[in-house]
Amino acid sequence: MTTAQVTATLKPALPPPPPVAPGWTLARISGFAFLGLWLAGGIGLVLMLYNGFDPAFYARYGPKFLNGLVVTLEIVFLSILIGSVISLPAAAGRMSENPLAAAPAFAFVYFFRGTPLIAQTFLVYYGAGSFRDPLEAVGLWWFFRDPFYCVIFTFSLNTAAYQAEILRGAIQNVGKGQWEAGKSLGLSKLTIYRKIVLPQAMIVALRPYGNEIVLMIKGSAIASIVTVFDLMGETRRAFSRTFDFETYIWAAILYLILVELLRRVWARLETRLTRHLVRITADSGKDRPAGETEAAVIEEPVVTARP
Amino acid sequence: MIVTVALALTTLPFGLLLGFIIALAKDSNEPALRRAAEIYTTIFRGLPELLTLFIVFYGAQIIIRQIAGLFVDQPTIEINSFVAGMFALGLVFSSYASEAFLSAFKGIPSGQYEGGFAVGLTRFQTMRLIIVPQLIRLALPALSNLWMILLKDTALVSVIGLADTLRQSGIAARVTKEAFLFFGLACLLYLVLAIISSVFLGYIERWSKRGEAVQ
Repeated sequence: MTTAQVTATLKPALPPPPPVAPGWTLARISGFAFLGLWLAGGIGLVLMLYNGFDPAFYARYGPKFLNGLVVTLEIVFLSILIGSVISLPAAAGRMSENPLAAAPAFAFVYFFRGTPLIAQTFLVYYGAGSFRDPLEAVGLWWFFRDPFYCVIFTFSLNTAAYQAEILRGAIQNVGKGQWEAGKSLGLSKLTIYRKIVLPQAMIVALRPYGNEIVLMIKGSAIASIVTVFDLMGETRRAFSRTFDFETYIWAAILYLILVELLRRVWARLETRLTRHLVRITADSGKDRPAGETEAAVIEEPVVTARP
Repeated sequence: MIVTVALALTTLPFGLLLGFIIALAKDSNEPALRRAAEIYTTIFRGLPELLTLFIVFYGAQIIIRQIAGLFVDQPTIEINSFVAGMFALGLVFSSYASEAFLSAFKGIPSGQYEGGFAVGLTRFQTMRLIIVPQLIRLALPALSNLWMILLKDTALVSVIGLADTLRQSGIAARVTKEAFLFFGLACLLYLVLAIISSVFLGYIERWSKRGEAVQ
């Protein structure tokens, strides 16, 4: 029997069942209700900003806000950078088998992760005053007198503790076999670290690092409490002078943009850096443009079967 | 210190419940509901906790004053900083908790729901008797992390005038001029709280895993 005869004897395929008409379920109604609520809130905010539009206000506080934004970015950038340097010995200490190295590293990490950032900032900024004379004697008083330096100091130590844990988790996540393979090739310990373990660990650490930066951006608002005029500090100053709630709205918008931007960029970076780990299967075609997928997955077998 | 603990403990059920509802919304088949829940998380996860606190504290004050102004000429209503703190921290906590619940929901195979329906349970019963017990076990590690974060975030409330651990030590520091001592003490108190809660969380975790096979 040829294929044509077989298909002739078969019953014609039934048409697909009609799609179920989506009704107005409770979920749908509440979904639209909440979306409407957000929309109304958004429009309300825009109207509020529009109605309260006062050129003098923007001329006076606009540049200050931008200055504050720059200060916030400075704090975050410097703290993350200095913190990443400090986190290296801390992570090494946490992984060390020598208790003399492990204990202080553990205490450091536990203290900075177990107490609120704001308490640490107070401890350094106000607490440094208790040691004014010895600090002046060493010549470090200028450093602890300035709130900006104090904030950088505290935030760096704080983020160093978190980064140390990220780093440790990532390095210990790399399988033991990787070490053994490196050793069996006769590589030195440093080379194994640099060429085998760290590249794999960094990929694992990428996402937590992104989260840590976001946390730092959010945490940097605390700097405003100790009279650093970052974005939050400028907002508080503007609010205390004008009692205009707009100031907080603008700060919220700026922070949201900052955090969302970082999140998006980081997600891009992650997909880019881990593209060699993505397994290509018939399923993975879903991520590709629709036309390309159909050509690749469905038609290909037909073409090979024909001759 | 009691204020700190009380604030964290009162925020917890509120935040958990709200987070659970948001997670349900995110897990639903309805795109509109999902989108609405995602906007919520994006906003409250992206804002600094301090800013959320100020917005709730001052914003609620303005709104309540305007509403009260409809009835009284010169309303002199002060919003309670404890309530404002609880509300703001609850919003932040719930947005993080919803993510924890959502990933736990993803970890429960659909066969569990189908099994529930097959033995004739209603949707609510399936949720209560079958899904939630498993959900707690799956979400617990993330939630205990969030609890630690919540405990630390309560320190921020001292800024809007609530007499918590940090504020009291600030006052003590100003009176005695021993700032380092008292802020150090405050840090130690937070550490003690963290240690106590990790012991408790260890118990809860063991309790939640009582159904698992012992190796």
